Amino acid sequence: MAKRAAPEVNAGSMADIAFLLLIFFLVTTTIEKDSGINRKLPPMEESEEDVIIKQKNIFTVLLNGKDQLLVEDELMEVKDLRKAAVEFLDNGGDGTCTYCKGLKDPRSSDNPDKAIISLKNERETSYAAYISVQNELVAAYNQLRNRRALEIGPQKGFKDMNFVEMQANYKDVRFGGNKSKLKEVIDQIKVEFPLKLSEVQ
Amino acid sequence: MSKFTKKKGGEVPAVNTASLPDIVFMLLFFFMVATVMRENSLKIQNQLPVADQIEKLDKKNPISYIYAGKPSRGYEKYGTEARLQLNDKFADINEIAAFINSERNSLREELVPFLTVSLKVDKDANMGIVGDIKQELRKVNALKINYTTGKGDALTNID
Repeated sequence: MAKRAAPEVNAGSMADIAFLLLIFFLVTTTIEKDSGINRKLPPMEESEEDVIIKQKNIFTVLLNGKDQLLVEDELMEVKDLRKAAVEFLDNGGDGTCTYCKGLKDPRSSDNPDKAIISLKNERETSYAAYISVQNELVAAYNQLRNRRALEIGPQKGFKDMNFVEMQANYKDVRFGGNKSKLKEVIDQIKVEFPLKLSEVQ
Repeated sequence: MSKFTKKKGGEVPAVNTASLPDIVFMLLFFFMVATVMRENSLKIQNQLPVADQIEKLDKKNPISYIYAGKPSRGYEKYGTEARLQLNDKFADINEIAAFINSERNSLREELVPFLTVSLKVDKDANMGIVGDIKQELRKVNALKINYTTGKGDALTNID
């Protein structure tokens, strides 16, 4: 028997396969998304009548031109801001807030619905410092909302899911759970700890 | 002496295309790794601050970008103060209204209310320019904004 040479594989279609893959990746690749802190600006038309807010319900945060932080008229480091904001929001001074775990100090905020954080900055304030402060204030709200989510989540069938994860899941198309129920829980937490952050111009 | 006689039919042999897929694959991988999508070329320094309480910007909703920062090298004639960049050129604060309106015009009508303005501001800029931008955005009722940041510990911003 004569030795037969192995027949050559036709590689002509290999290029087609490669192009197919190339197109597949072109279509499915998602480029890294931008992320940041979402904010809603207040609308321009301002109501004429001034709403009277009790001084104790306002948490003033002032960031001056030298990036120094003045919280409730006291100098503070940025790293302590989160704790101070949580204490203020979670105080529940008038006792109507059943889910607050704060000190119930009558001199601090009445309940989270009334508590307002007022942030003021100057033109010379650096953007980096401003973002740090914004971040800490959002973190304070998230901390309280996360705590609340872990409390009421299990009753509604969302175990071991904090508020941030709930929001991520709600946006995620691949989430398998009950989205309308999840939305209810998220909305309830948002009502219980409303984000009231006012910026003074 | 047949060893030295030339072979008959001196035709050029067909080029072997077996390595063509390899080349295509190489290109494929190169583009997969190297692709960075950038909509505008920046004329300003744009080093974003970092934060950790961040949300992803939804690409489903339309996004407009406003950049601000010091003019980068080669553009020193525009000064050393933080400047605004819209699309591909330096802009004035009062051009924001026109910019937002043109962005809105290029959108489908039902998407207009969902337009998010992403503020990409250099961390060394000061709040004056950011405040001005926000004021202009309020005037044209573009209220959804996003302070676009990197991911990291926010306390490292101030040094």
